[in-house]
Amino acid sequence: MHWSGEGLIIGVRRHGETGVIAEVMVAGRGRCLGLIRGGRSTKLAATLQAGNTVQVGWSARLEEHLGTFQLELLEARAAALIADRTRLYASQLICEHLHLLPERDPHDRLLGRAVRILDFGGTPHQLAAEVARYELELLEELGFGLDLTSCAATGTTRDLTHVSPKTGRAVSRSAAEPYLDRLFRLPPFLVGGGDPDEAELADAFRLTGYFLDLYVWMPRQLDPPAIRDTFVHLVT
Amino acid sequence: MANGGPEIEQLIQLLARLPGLGPRSARRAVLQLIKKKEQLMIPLSAALDRAVEAVTVCETCGNIDTRSPCHICVDPRRGESGILIVVEDVADLWALERAGVGAVKYHVLGGVLSPLDGVGPDDLSIDALLKRAPEFNEIVLAVNATVEGQTTAHYITDRLAPSGVKITRLAHGVPVGGELDYLDEGTLSQALKARTAF
Repeated sequence: MHWSGEGLIIGVRRHGETGVIAEVMVAGRGRCLGLIRGGRSTKLAATLQAGNTVQVGWSARLEEHLGTFQLELLEARAAALIADRTRLYASQLICEHLHLLPERDPHDRLLGRAVRILDFGGTPHQLAAEVARYELELLEELGFGLDLTSCAATGTTRDLTHVSPKTGRAVSRSAAEPYLDRLFRLPPFLVGGGDPDEAELADAFRLTGYFLDLYVWMPRQLDPPAIRDTFVHLVT
Repeated sequence: MANGGPEIEQLIQLLARLPGLGPRSARRAVLQLIKKKEQLMIPLSAALDRAVEAVTVCETCGNIDTRSPCHICVDPRRGESGILIVVEDVADLWALERAGVGAVKYHVLGGVLSPLDGVGPDDLSIDALLKRAPEFNEIVLAVNATVEGQTTAHYITDRLAPSGVKITRLAHGVPVGGELDYLDEGTLSQALKARTAF
């Protein structure tokens, strides 16, 4: 068995004394794992950093085997990421989220957004807004997407200001009035675009964090990633 | 396949667990130990016994020594520079000592933040570092130039910010003997950004 493609390195873990097992998000193939013999050598150290794009070749005797990777560096982002704290935290968080995806299940939309975030050149607040949108898309790709298109109570598509924690659907300002203490605030940038302020970012991460915990982390008995708190604290 | 009695087999199995040794090389090592019982095996056994009794982890810095606090922490000359170097592992501390970096003190973190391996801030010796920080004028973050190492460095910098201590990190760039043609683009770009007057 053999295939090759372009992928984003999302993690590397040690295997034995000299090898590593790399996790790569490959276009059209999803999250793939493979053994790299000699992966702990200094020669490969710069290539095997999360956030780098590589040309990856996978080979194994049978489809269900772990298989081995042959990698060639296409885009070295890691060096630029480690120089910028906000981008570094964002990249770590994105890679952490990508680990939640099932193995060998293509999620090209999410991969594309992840790469755009890694290459993002805007302000820290704009970057954080992209990460919040990415978390919404992650929920959607995992089958737990929020419906922020219309009000759950009235059906209106205007003046959507809150989200119901029970249904994950948007609620309009008038319908939300009696339940403000029980609803999440819906930051306008998540539905209409634009640049958010710190309070809106905090609202966005509170919203996505709640649903990620409810539908993803808690059922899998996972703790929310520590890097998420660090990133959110930095940008809000 | 058995290699002599169970004692020898156990010795082979234990040695095979050491880094750099597999079952075959462990068998060769055991054979050599048995052949040179007086010159190697007995002194090695005695040295291991002594090490088991004496070796301890320094409660101040996390270094491995035969006393706690270790000889580095109690050396009065090392306190004069006011520099504390933070490293990931004891092996990094030993590497810096070999390099003769001068009269400095160290702090061993015990690893780096690694979500994939489940290593979080509570698993590292960061709280102990925060307690020590006010004693120094400068803290050098000598962690590896990897994504995980630098995430840890940024995290520690954030946590140390209230202490007001000067925080620096090792330079990233061209290693001695390195040829530009063979360097990855990222390192080369960082080296160019961090260029110094010549």
